[in-house]
Amino acid sequence: MRRSLSSSEPGPGCGQEPAARPETQVKRDNRAASHVVWQLLSFVLFFGLWELAGRWPISAAFPPFSRTLLALWQMIADGSLGSAYLLTLQPLVIGIMLCGVAGIGFGIGMGLSRTVEWFSLPIFIILQAAPMAAIIPLITFYYGIGLAAKVVAVVLLAAPVIVMNSYKGIRNTHPSLIQMSRSFLGTRRQEVTKIILPHAGALIFTGLRLGVAMGFIGVVIAELLITPTGIGDLISYHSSVADYPKMFAAIASIIVVAAIAIHALERLERRLFPPEMRGAL
Amino acid sequence: MQDEAIVEVKGIGKIYEGGVEALKDVSLAFPRGKLCTLLGPSGCGKTTLLKIIAGLIPHNGGELWVKGKQVEGPGPERAFVFQDFALLPWADVLRNVAFGLELRGVPRAEREDIARRYIAEVGLKGFESSHPNRLSGGMKQRVGLARALAVDADIILMDEPFSSVDEQTRRKFQEDLLDMLRHRRKTVIFVTHSIEEAAYLSDQIALLSPRPGTVSRIIRPNVDHARTADAIRRDRNYLDTVDEIWQILKQYVA
Repeated sequence: MRRSLSSSEPGPGCGQEPAARPETQVKRDNRAASHVVWQLLSFVLFFGLWELAGRWPISAAFPPFSRTLLALWQMIADGSLGSAYLLTLQPLVIGIMLCGVAGIGFGIGMGLSRTVEWFSLPIFIILQAAPMAAIIPLITFYYGIGLAAKVVAVVLLAAPVIVMNSYKGIRNTHPSLIQMSRSFLGTRRQEVTKIILPHAGALIFTGLRLGVAMGFIGVVIAELLITPTGIGDLISYHSSVADYPKMFAAIASIIVVAAIAIHALERLERRLFPPEMRGAL
Repeated sequence: MQDEAIVEVKGIGKIYEGGVEALKDVSLAFPRGKLCTLLGPSGCGKTTLLKIIAGLIPHNGGELWVKGKQVEGPGPERAFVFQDFALLPWADVLRNVAFGLELRGVPRAEREDIARRYIAEVGLKGFESSHPNRLSGGMKQRVGLARALAVDADIILMDEPFSSVDEQTRRKFQEDLLDMLRHRRKTVIFVTHSIEEAAYLSDQIALLSPRPGTVSRIIRPNVDHARTADAIRRDRNYLDTVDEIWQILKQYVA
């Protein structure tokens, strides 16, 4: 949102700078500078509105931005936020790693083998469409309230998109490339390692990134619904004692952490699979 | 000019799943060292026939003979040039040209040496490390041709190689192609829907009629390919051939 706002309106916005540089050279710097200015401006606008809304107040449970920031600082200082994240990230990292190995492997298997596809494609199509949060109480029933249950929650949410993307990446291999490999006497093994897998790489990575996003949802739902631990504990505890600034700070922090993680993965994806590697043929 | 046939199809048929009969009882001989064209309107099964000769798709009935042996499937004596180029988007020109050799397990240094030679020969020197998305359609097809030449097959199979290339590039490419093939004594089987292209390039033209594809006529244009391109295009035989083909194909055009 912020990015599209700032890039779609490349207006002036650097007028306040008393620039005394030669005009030709300034132009480029101006554009970069105005980009940053617009980004900052959108932050100021967003947090400003938050502050105003909090001071209005629209609700006793809606603290202004300044108090939320202060609460965040307190939670960082007393170490509660750090230890909460240590707990929250555990099931997330384990779950994503499981999906990364087994899910991608499974997706690739589905893409390569008609039999595996026949058995498992319907399951993953249903899993992808199903509201997984509804299953979480069931997880408690089977896996209790420990780490295992939370890992399962992450896996259930993240696996479908990871598996399906890997599967589609394999299946979307251009038929011409396969024929090319055959016409030059490539073996099936070479076809898979030299053509199908590199071709699917970008889509598999996209699936992993979307899976991480789903994993964040899964872990927070699990921490709120199964047993309050980590960041879920901070949210529900501070909510129950009506310490809304801290509750908001915990919520805002997980949103920021997830957004930064996904954004970093997106940048990594663009570095690993630049456009010239994805082009049609 | 009854040369020895290097490729021969005998009574080949092809029925696609769903019952569509693409080819029926096609028998053709392709003489060694000549350029033979499969020409016909769309839907006459010319690409299907070429892919059967390449061993890329199975046929129903009939026999495929290559260099005196009955074969099924692809072989090292045949190399294919694809209509849509079929280049690896993530690999540079050098690796793409060397890819046929890479699949055959030729060591890296050796195959890249060979690839460099053919890249220069098709006029792409300096583009070795470019990726396909930086190349024009004509250049991509030169990469495709270099890849086919690099494996040193006797028979080059080309599936409408110029169809996504603009007219000027196409003419230049045709001239280069004739030049190159004359020197290397390759046998070329070439699919096209362009009458002029067929008449200009070919020693033998097989006209296919559609639904189901059968050979309706074999024409051997008596065009002297040793002459310059411009001379060929004004040649009486060339013009007569174009006219003759058009008279036959006209009836298949709805």
